[in-house]
Amino acid sequence: MSTHAAPVGGPLVTTGTRLFAGIFGLGVIAIAWRLLLGLGSATALNDGYPFGLWIAFDVVTGAALACGGYAVGLLVYILNQGKYHPVMRPAMVTSALGYTLAGVGVGLDVGRWWSLWRVPLFFWRWNFNSALLEVALCIMAYIAVLWLRLAPALLEPYTSGPDSPWRRRAITFSRIIDKLSVPMIALGLVLATMHQSSLGTLMLLAGSRLHILWRTPMLPLMFLVSSISMGYAVVVFESAFSSVAFKRKPEIDMLAGLAGAMAPTLWVVVLLRVGDLAWRGQVGALFAGDGRAVMATLEIVFFLIPIVMLASPAQRRDLGNLVRAAMAMIFAGTLFRFDTFLVAFMPGANWSYFPSVPETAVTVGLVAFEVLAYVVIVKTFPILSGQTLAERQAL
Amino acid sequence: MGITRRAAICGLLTAGATATGITSTSAAVMPTPPADAVGLLYDTTLCIGCKACVVACQDANDLPRDPVGIDARYDAPVDLNYRAKNVIKLYHDGDQRSFVKVQCMHCIDPACVAACMLGALKKREFGIVSYDVNYCVGCRYCEVACPYGVPKFQWAAATPRIVKCELCNHRLAKGQEPACTEVCPRHAVIFGKRADLLKEAKRRLAENPGRYVPKIFGETDGGGTQVLYISHLPFDKLGFPALGDDPAPTLARSVQQGVYKGFVAPLALYGVLGMIAYRNRNKAEAEDAPHKGGTL
Ligand code: SF4
Ligand code: SF4
Ligand code: SF4
Repeated sequence: MSTHAAPVGGPLVTTGTRLFAGIFGLGVIAIAWRLLLGLGSATALNDGYPFGLWIAFDVVTGAALACGGYAVGLLVYILNQGKYHPVMRPAMVTSALGYTLAGVGVGLDVGRWWSLWRVPLFFWRWNFNSALLEVALCIMAYIAVLWLRLAPALLEPYTSGPDSPWRRRAITFSRIIDKLSVPMIALGLVLATMHQSSLGTLMLLAGSRLHILWRTPMLPLMFLVSSISMGYAVVVFESAFSSVAFKRKPEIDMLAGLAGAMAPTLWVVVLLRVGDLAWRGQVGALFAGDGRAVMATLEIVFFLIPIVMLASPAQRRDLGNLVRAAMAMIFAGTLFRFDTFLVAFMPGANWSYFPSVPETAVTVGLVAFEVLAYVVIVKTFPILSGQTLAERQAL
Repeated sequence: MGITRRAAICGLLTAGATATGITSTSAAVMPTPPADAVGLLYDTTLCIGCKACVVACQDANDLPRDPVGIDARYDAPVDLNYRAKNVIKLYHDGDQRSFVKVQCMHCIDPACVAACMLGALKKREFGIVSYDVNYCVGCRYCEVACPYGVPKFQWAAATPRIVKCELCNHRLAKGQEPACTEVCPRHAVIFGKRADLLKEAKRRLAENPGRYVPKIFGETDGGGTQVLYISHLPFDKLGFPALGDDPAPTLARSVQQGVYKGFVAPLALYGVLGMIAYRNRNKAEAEDAPHKGGTL
């Protein structure tokens, strides 16, 4: 088995990429709508629900789905599981893309986007009581770290190309990044730990307007741990996607291992969730029979489903089952975040919110762009390692 | 390897424990109002619901009219919004009825201020929670945070701002009183130093115990507010939230400060993770494992 990452190659324009480009195109129209006509016209947001789909999905869920680099990084660099190293690069690509799009989501969501540059620069105005400030600064820094760490991979076509002054500059740059890899790895892990937990702190500021089922100081820890589970799930999903889309041999050993790593994190989330309710004496609220109680119960059930689906080694080696479990996991984490940001929020009975068509088009369009960019990057740059089916058949 | 892994797990758990704030949640201390704190005192038993204050507030703050109803012929904002910093609501249930004035409470420890990244919302002169658009990015986290649902957003504007009562600070600067207190024909809402208003509220309660419910809303609620209310009906009926005495931002802040006090925990985590990653890499290099140091 070749351990070196290589570009997948093949045509960039295919039916698939055309389709995703088309969906992204619709998203661009919706983005233009929002920028030209304002939030009131493009979205269903209102003074009762000032946070909506873009914050709950594009930013908060998006950042958690982009945790592949973080989750695999913990395995590889901290738990010293070198065998997962081949999935590190693709995981970092999805992370870098996911976080960048989360940043785009923030830019579209804030009303005064042209003032955003002040947030990282006006340090004398920083309000450290604001979890949002911390999330914003960490995510900005993290996006930079992710792209810097990917830079050598993205520069490889040039560093291995014909000699030129630019090639030498690219080589020097890649060497510097190489030298700095340990401090950058540690920085990336700390930044991810910080903002993934702080995303869980955000809604705690709503205090009495956050439903009691979610109003707990454990929320940041539950956000942190579930983001790691989601990171593994996304890497599994993305590997399976790559193996089908690019006709490569699925790395079943590795995926089974990742599924094994995911299980304990899921247990931690469920035990924290249930244990916290018991500790606060709020288990009864789960059986109150109202919509919020049902949603909270569903959350717990969906966190349990992948645990059951991945219980035995045989289940973890079945690719179809793995993908379904990863999807269940992604759904559970997404539901948890939607619940915390939208369902648990209680602005009063006279307010309601359901995302508008342009709002949804932006979200779907950004996801389509992410898939498109991923396909283009792995086809062009040395990201995926392992054997292609064609290589194997040729032997 | 065993030791490294154990150290790693310990490190993560410590970070996690701190992240939950369990190591540091201390009982909140009652915040003290600024020495120069001013505010309003509103008395439901005096208000006749004439809404003179609503119109005066719109005029004084250059707010557009808020037409509603048939053919949009009524200038009657039904709730706070980007055209109304002050509304009068009616509570009625059988023969129980009361008007209630709604505007910013000018909290002593405001959640909106805790939310705001660059301090666009801040307590400034007289403890007034005022807004400086230059530092606002329009994130609307203040709207999520405020327990009374006060800050509103200009949804339709191309360059939207947050709109909320700033206790007529522009009028105070000219030596005038707020527009709403100036026009109130019944002095149902009055302006003054918070300490004096509190004394006045206590006096009214003491002199007419039968007339009021025995509570001054805002004396301690949510850490106390600079706008105070006395009422003949229980406050929950008038739409006031039950906040307890802790400042509204207490929970979020104890978590946030628990983790980031002096930035010790993040730095410690950085040190631990860096050390482990370094040792693992060296070991991998020695064993010439596939993930030999370097890139990714
Ligand atoms: S009432 Fe709301 S807007 Fe006014 S100071 Fe308090 S938290 Fe801020
Ligand atoms: S919308 Fe503006 S005032 Fe409100 S929290 Fe965000 S930056 Fe601060
Ligand atoms: S103090 Fe001024 S801004 Fe506030 S409610 Fe009264 S008139 Fe309106």
